[in-house]
Amino acid sequence: MIKKVSSHIVQNEPLVFELSSPGKRGYQLPDLDVPPVDAAQALGAENVRSEIEGFPEISEIETIRHFTRLSTWNYAIDLGLYPLGSCTMKYNPRVNELVARTEGLAWAHPYQPEEFSQGCMEIIAALEKALAEITGLDAVTLQPAAGAHGEFTGILMIRALLETRGNPRKKILVPDSAHGTNPATAMMVGYTVENIKSNNRGMVDLEVLSRVTTDDVAAFMITNPNTVGVFEENIRKICAIMHEKGALVYMDGANMNALVGIVRPGELGIDVMHLNLHKTFSTPHGGGGPGSGAVAVAKVLTPFLPSPRLERDGDRWTWNFDLPDSIGRVRAYYGNFGVLVRALAYIMAHGGNGLRQATLDALLNANYIRALLEPSYDLAYRAPSMHECVFSDDRQAKKGVRTGDIAKRLIDYGFHPYTVSFPLIVRGALMIEPTETESKRELDLFADAMISIAKEVEENPELVLKAPHSTLIRRVDEVTAARRPIVRWKPQTKASQAAD
Amino acid sequence: MSYPENFKYTKEHEWVKVEGDSGIIGITDHAQEELGDIVFVDLPKSGAKVRKGETFGSVESVKAVSDIYSPVSGEVTAVNELLSTSPEKLNEDPHGAAWLIKVKLSDSGELNGLLSAADYQSYIGAE
Repeated sequence: MIKKVSSHIVQNEPLVFELSSPGKRGYQLPDLDVPPVDAAQALGAENVRSEIEGFPEISEIETIRHFTRLSTWNYAIDLGLYPLGSCTMKYNPRVNELVARTEGLAWAHPYQPEEFSQGCMEIIAALEKALAEITGLDAVTLQPAAGAHGEFTGILMIRALLETRGNPRKKILVPDSAHGTNPATAMMVGYTVENIKSNNRGMVDLEVLSRVTTDDVAAFMITNPNTVGVFEENIRKICAIMHEKGALVYMDGANMNALVGIVRPGELGIDVMHLNLHKTFSTPHGGGGPGSGAVAVAKVLTPFLPSPRLERDGDRWTWNFDLPDSIGRVRAYYGNFGVLVRALAYIMAHGGNGLRQATLDALLNANYIRALLEPSYDLAYRAPSMHECVFSDDRQAKKGVRTGDIAKRLIDYGFHPYTVSFPLIVRGALMIEPTETESKRELDLFADAMISIAKEVEENPELVLKAPHSTLIRRVDEVTAARRPIVRWKPQTKASQAAD
Repeated sequence: MSYPENFKYTKEHEWVKVEGDSGIIGITDHAQEELGDIVFVDLPKSGAKVRKGETFGSVESVKAVSDIYSPVSGEVTAVNELLSTSPEKLNEDPHGAAWLIKVKLSDSGELNGLLSAADYQSYIGAE
């Protein structure tokens, strides 16, 4: 029996523009207690407009109801499992929010003098130290605002180091299982990209790697565990091959949730890596986060870290801007500070043993899902799974049902879809990452839903092909939306009404 | 769909059809089938240089963006404008109307390393 079936709220809701009626207001302003100024006179008539065409005018309660209703069409980690592979959609603990809302932190201003910012600086220093400890690397910058920004920062530092050695080199090697941001980062920093094919176990092929690692290669960008959720067991050899040729190793830390407290990448030979605080360290992920792509480096790269650097001067913290080899600032101020506070709260609430336990639970959950679903879906690779597992839709494709269809049907069962069609090296990929957040009960509900869908594919594929059935908006035409997107609402004019 | 005998193919699923000293380049029926509904095609401009084995553009479908690798080296002499407004043509006629670019070949010897229609079909059969 399926124990969980969603009941999406299916109440029609117009656009906010369509709710508008002229003259309605959601605010009241007090009378002026200063002489009024004529804006046209002060700013010039050409800079003043009396009306914005189509601007919505609605009352306060209408505004609240509109957005509250829309929010009920949404899905969130606070409603249930969010199994997007590679995204680490873990619970955002409320204690993080409590700490981040502490008055002195929430109201701190980046232009506050150093002597009034010592607490904030202490937090930054403590987080840098914790992340250096976790990664086994020497120093950390918290400036980058997201993962890809961290990659960019890391590769800029590699380039700066190689330039001081006389030659920035030309190429960056990237495995075909990499996140799409890796090759994009290499290009942004002025390198060309060479793809490395994975072997039949979903890992980097050492022979291929040795052959293509020439003096032109600046770095290898590797994700470990990689995007099929498999630990690159030759990681030490990979690092040795690169170092022997004077190249560096960048690790994409997107999947660090599989390693924290167990493996320290610095000890494997990694030179530089980023951490997604919004994945591994539980800061909010949806709604833009904002993110944080902290970057950790080995000693050889520390002179190139973004400026300014936090330093201890006697009994106080101070910013050092006098860093001649630094690649410079990569972000205004000192990173997304509110996010840093949450990440530190998470780390301190867990402690070392707690973080290790979270990792072990994440691995257990992924392997539990793998074991439950293996009878119903084809595993992409047989190598042991770490924090996520990847299936292919080969079996279901024979009935004409692809991974995207199964994902849509999953919505009817009350779950957010898994990651669809990624990694690209798996045909019709279903990529599932439960994280440590989930209880056995929730994992069982999810597995029951997936197994039930596999049965539906066998018995009634049409049901799956036409899903979702229980949502307000049914199957959307993604192809037309991508080919001919309408990205902006425009007010109805007489001409457009005539055309209708 | 049939794979024309007079085309040469790559393992990355491009084809090239030689006409005099020029090569017309496209992606194979198998490639469009794997990509699914194509929504955007990014191509170089006329006059750009392409090199054998290197990317010269990309094809975007609903599920992924894929690089296109050039089967030959040379200079781009024409770009298929049809694809900027009708990317779906690539799903409908990948070996004909939906060619991508025309290149003036700089080394016709490069054609020798490419696959015949029969070799390509047995390659995708085994993949």
